[in-house]
Amino acid sequence: MLESLLYFIQQLINGLTLGSAYALIAIGYTMVYGIIGMINFAHGEIYMIGTYVAFLAITAMGMLGIEYLPVVFLFALLSSILVSSAFGWSLERIAYRPLRGSNRLIPLISAIGMSIFLQNYVRLGQGSRDVALPSVLTGGWTFGPDDGFQASLSYMQLLIFIVTFISMSLLTSFISRSRTGRACRAVAQDMKMANLLGIDTNRIISLTFVIGAALAAVAGVLLGMQYGVANPFIGFIAGLKAFTAAVLGGIGSIPGAMLGALILGIAESMTAAYFSSEYKDVVSFGLLVLILLFRPTGLLGKPEVEKI
Amino acid sequence: MKTNNIAFAFFCALVTAIMAFPLLGLKMVSEGTGMIIQGATASTWIYIASACMMVFLVQLFKTSLNSGVEQFKVQLSRLPTPSLPADQHVRLEKWALILIIGLALAWPFMTSRSSIDLATLVLIYVMLGLGLNIVVGLAGLLDLGYVAFYAVGAYSYALLNNYYGLSFWICLPIAGLLAATFGFLLGFPVLRLRGDYLAIVTLGFGEIIRIFLNNLTTLTGGPNGIPGIPKPTLPMIQTDPEFALISLDFSRSSREEGVVPFHTFFGLDYNPETKVVFLYLLALAMCLAIIFVIRRLIRMPVGRAWEALREDEIACRSLGLNRTAIKLSAFTLGASFAGFAGCFFAARQSFISPESFTFIESAIILAIVVLGGMGSQLGVILAAIVMIVLPELAREFQEYRMLMFGLLIVLIMIWRPQGLLPMQRPHLAIKEAEHA
Amino acid sequence: MLEVRDLGMRFGGLQAVDGVSLDVNEGEIVSIIGPNGAGKTTVFNCISGFYTPTGGSVKFKGDFVHTFPDYRISRLGMVRTFQHVRLFSRMTAIENLLVAQHRHANTNLFAGLFATPSYRRKEQLALDRASYWLKKVDLLNHANREAGTLSYGQQRRLEIARCMVTEPSILMLDEPAAGLNPRETRDLDELITAIKHSYNVSVLLIEHDIGLVMGISDRIYVVNQGRPLASGSPEEIRQNPAVIKAYLGEG
Repeated sequence: MLESLLYFIQQLINGLTLGSAYALIAIGYTMVYGIIGMINFAHGEIYMIGTYVAFLAITAMGMLGIEYLPVVFLFALLSSILVSSAFGWSLERIAYRPLRGSNRLIPLISAIGMSIFLQNYVRLGQGSRDVALPSVLTGGWTFGPDDGFQASLSYMQLLIFIVTFISMSLLTSFISRSRTGRACRAVAQDMKMANLLGIDTNRIISLTFVIGAALAAVAGVLLGMQYGVANPFIGFIAGLKAFTAAVLGGIGSIPGAMLGALILGIAESMTAAYFSSEYKDVVSFGLLVLILLFRPTGLLGKPEVEKI
Repeated sequence: MKTNNIAFAFFCALVTAIMAFPLLGLKMVSEGTGMIIQGATASTWIYIASACMMVFLVQLFKTSLNSGVEQFKVQLSRLPTPSLPADQHVRLEKWALILIIGLALAWPFMTSRSSIDLATLVLIYVMLGLGLNIVVGLAGLLDLGYVAFYAVGAYSYALLNNYYGLSFWICLPIAGLLAATFGFLLGFPVLRLRGDYLAIVTLGFGEIIRIFLNNLTTLTGGPNGIPGIPKPTLPMIQTDPEFALISLDFSRSSREEGVVPFHTFFGLDYNPETKVVFLYLLALAMCLAIIFVIRRLIRMPVGRAWEALREDEIACRSLGLNRTAIKLSAFTLGASFAGFAGCFFAARQSFISPESFTFIESAIILAIVVLGGMGSQLGVILAAIVMIVLPELAREFQEYRMLMFGLLIVLIMIWRPQGLLPMQRPHLAIKEAEHA
Repeated sequence: MLEVRDLGMRFGGLQAVDGVSLDVNEGEIVSIIGPNGAGKTTVFNCISGFYTPTGGSVKFKGDFVHTFPDYRISRLGMVRTFQHVRLFSRMTAIENLLVAQHRHANTNLFAGLFATPSYRRKEQLALDRASYWLKKVDLLNHANREAGTLSYGQQRRLEIARCMVTEPSILMLDEPAAGLNPRETRDLDELITAIKHSYNVSVLLIEHDIGLVMGISDRIYVVNQGRPLASGSPEEIRQNPAVIKAYLGEG
């Protein structure tokens, strides 16, 4: 009895951890969709790039003999954010901005092209095989009987929670309180009007992409450290799941993306634990299909009225 | 203004450096028990540096470069938009099609075995492209999971043959039917979805099918796939010693009941090339059938309804068109063609596994449709040739194939979204009628 | 033929249409006018099934249709145009008219694939009907031109022709004169009148051009902010003080 409860709690912890990281990626999707109405198909690759840069940074630190965790972590975080943001900014300018205004499918196809391009760009530079990172942060708390199943909360998982929480708080206060944040909300609501009011919409759109990329980079660092392995194709599945989370919560809504991601993380974790780990992706996709069938506006989204 | 320009140019070059330096300039390699970072070769550094320099210069002289690019873009988009009257252009297209078909028929007798083999691969992609063209090009539904129907077709033949010993010719229509059924089932849930959501959901379905194929090991062989799929045979009527329906296969000898080797039947020497030629001609026949069917469909109410749906769904509704039926018919028919292609693919490869049915395949087929020109059959044929043959010609660049592919998609969307050979409207003869 | 009673449409907190009632009888031209943003198009959308009204009823040819989906109502004989012309831009003019006849066409796949005589007959019939209406709206010379390449006035006429080719009982026009010059407006005037007289099709139209409305309507309904303001013959409306007040500064 206690054992199954502990097992359940473990899956819950795992799910919430996963979900928090997904939330960071999902926010990128939801912000971009909210502001220019397009699905940034290449966003998953931005996350993947964040992971790779984190790996490089941590390895570099190791080579220099620096082992003090906060320094290593901070360096990995900053370099990932820097590189991912550069990619996010360029992505928008090169592949999406020229296509603004054309029907929805054209930027989407362009995004698919960019996604393939980025996957292979990293593959050419870093090889297509998995790269591994030795554990940086080990250990944690365990609870449970000494002779039975022990649930654990690792320090790494705790770090994920803390960093995610800080990132979300920063983002939320930025969006709701700063002047630029207000501008972001204005552009998301009515771009033409915002333009007329003198807001530089191009700059805001670039900023949205950069913020999304930065958050995806953070997710890349955290999940990279957690799993310790990466390859150029992890962005594809992670991206799809994060997108599912964004839709689940209501595309365009930042709190929705967070909620959707947590639900998705838990669902995935539970499926892997209680059912089968091969089919956990099917659960994510299945959730996506169900949500789009029965409540396409998501849990926290507002129903859209078709303008005729 | 000048200083602004320089600052921005410098910024762009810096961003380029940031994007290139860690991912191209550094690499993780294992040394001993740990990992270290290895710097790139000198040539890579030079490439990176020159890329940054180029970005800097381009941004600096952006305005003058822009007008040049605008000119180029105008010329590019002006390309084959003919000054011919519409009906002549339609006739031109018909003759072009006849010419291509003639060439295609003569091809296997003019070239080497590997060229024929490559051409067969092109034909498979033509079939897939034409099928997806119905869904994406004509009906305007972005299906990113088309490869799932391809897989259904292939696995239908493989499994039906494996478990029940059914021959290729029996499995071919079944494969098409099964794929069509899947298309129908998939079509239902996605009916009400908006364009981009529909794309993602179909993508999800494609992945789900692949995961199932990978994991239902007892049924589908899992990641190991299904080996030993027989090649198609040529049905023939034998008159002596007695009247019978037999199959000609293309191996050296055959021990099966009712199967006679091709060369034995016609009294020829065994030539391993005949097998390849036969496969090619079979694929060509399938392609021609599909081209004919789609050509008719475009001029039928069904085809017109697809295009109307793509153009304006709301107008369709206001005219009493049932968009559910239209979308379903597009999905189902498009899927069936993928099913046929899949069956042939399985027969040609003799071995299939879920690895052949990834999202990248869907992306390639989509690229063929988009590159060719949405709705245009001739365009799809041309695009399939370009997409499959070009990488073969540039073997040294094999590594960069997918990279170029991604870039190509982006460039087409930006520079020529209507494709290489945009679809031409059928020209209808008008008789002046006296009454309605 | 068309009876609308107490129609209501609510979007969240906004009551866009409130208590609108109207009738259209056979062979009538009825107009809905009102200041901008008065909810007129929303009324159209509710009647034609594009929105499901949150209140009231719509009766068409004896059946209650307010719960029917748009395409079903269309098949009963009600067609409409849109404020912003909705043509199949990349299809030719004649193809637009052929698509509209989808219901009468032979949709049997095999009949079409092998071009059976019955199929060909039906296609020819559709082609003839399409040619007839193209001629009627003076677009026969442009039959094989892509609809998107036509001028705005031509596109509007094509949209009406496309509606007529379905042999409707009632034709609903949403601001058909918007963006037309005076000559084109006069042609439109003649076209609508001809439709009523020669083809016995009722017309319900939304319009801002008061001149057009006064000239051809049998009856007029005035709607302001989603609520009915007045109704009657053109003469009555012209002299109604409430209407004049609502339109102060307009028309």
